[in-house]
Amino acid sequence: MVLTSLEILAFSFIAGIFGALLGLGGGIIVIPALTLLLGVDIKYAIGASIVSVIATSSGAAVAYVRDKITNLRIGMFLEIATTTGAITGAYLAGLISPKYLYIIFGIVLLYSALAMLRKRHEELPQNVVSHPLAKKLKLEGSYFDKVLNKEVKYKVTGVYSGFGTMYAAGVLSGLLGIGSGIFKVMAMDLFMKLPMKVSTATSNFMIGVTAAASAGMYLMRGYIDPKIAGPVALGVLLGATLGTRIMEKLRNTTIRKIFIPVLAYISIQMLIKGLGV
Amino acid sequence: MERESNKDLILKKENEKIMAMELIISKALNIGVKTSAFVILIGLLMLIITGKSGYPIGYYPTSPGEILKGFISLKPYAIILTGLLLLILTPAFRVAVSIITFLYEKDYLYTGITTLVFIILIISFILGKIE
Repeated sequence: MVLTSLEILAFSFIAGIFGALLGLGGGIIVIPALTLLLGVDIKYAIGASIVSVIATSSGAAVAYVRDKITNLRIGMFLEIATTTGAITGAYLAGLISPKYLYIIFGIVLLYSALAMLRKRHEELPQNVVSHPLAKKLKLEGSYFDKVLNKEVKYKVTGVYSGFGTMYAAGVLSGLLGIGSGIFKVMAMDLFMKLPMKVSTATSNFMIGVTAAASAGMYLMRGYIDPKIAGPVALGVLLGATLGTRIMEKLRNTTIRKIFIPVLAYISIQMLIKGLGV
Repeated sequence: MERESNKDLILKKENEKIMAMELIISKALNIGVKTSAFVILIGLLMLIITGKSGYPIGYYPTSPGEILKGFISLKPYAIILTGLLLLILTPAFRVAVSIITFLYEKDYLYTGITTLVFIILIISFILGKIE
């Protein structure tokens, strides 16, 4: 009992660090660790993963919102797309074969991993011209970069494609239940051309809101087992707090370099699931 | 010249307002997160020390009402779940606080957008309950 709790606490701590660093929910670490290492039923692993997403999001948001790395306006604006997407996804379940979705999204992610690889040396986005809608919606912002030791002002483009991808990310999470954090970061980085730190911090802010919408359902269905989800929440919260400190001290390029292999790994995993290899 | 300094002053005030808003949200979140972590920790320690969950083996409450009832009678599982419930509520709380701060900032566009997000959240919560 004590040993299992400590084991869960340990890998949840790691999941929290990476989640806060990359703008993901930590499900990619929590679910396999629980099911493969501890033999937990997938149902309870998913319940714990939802808790992990919320813990990462809220744990990281404390620091990122305070330090103005999170762009609240972009987060709220895009949240409209993700939440409606999630509802759509829940209703599409059963109408569309998840097989094709895994293949389509797997290819999209693989492509974006390559696109990110091409700009791996780019510390801050260059020559971005703000979309007129971005100006109207006051999406542009600035944050203080502790590594560059200066205030970084950034412009925002690709509002429509970003919004569209967020909707798709929402559909995906509603349909397949996989964390849409990776799609959120990708959309903000590749389409809206935000600095990497702003993308991951804003994604972090958003994933919790989307997950909270479905967490109540998971709780009432009995997916959230206290002896598993409890230590997960504690570990992730601690990890996420440390993760925010690490993230602020890293270069944008370093964060991207950690992000790309994770992206490639998930895309390959999705393709394998879709092709049924 | 004078007009320009006035404009600067307004800009500065605007920035201070936004700063304040971010601080309020961050502080509110911090309290929510710390409280939930503390409650989960207490429940977990009670579970480990006493070795009793407060419920028959393999059972734990799944409705908010039952969780709160168990919390009042200090059942370890119910205490952990109360902490988890608090944690699950933090994002919704964050959105609600944002509505108020945008309103305070007189940013009506974003008051609207954030309210819309909050309504969608409630709808999805209700839809999830029906399913």
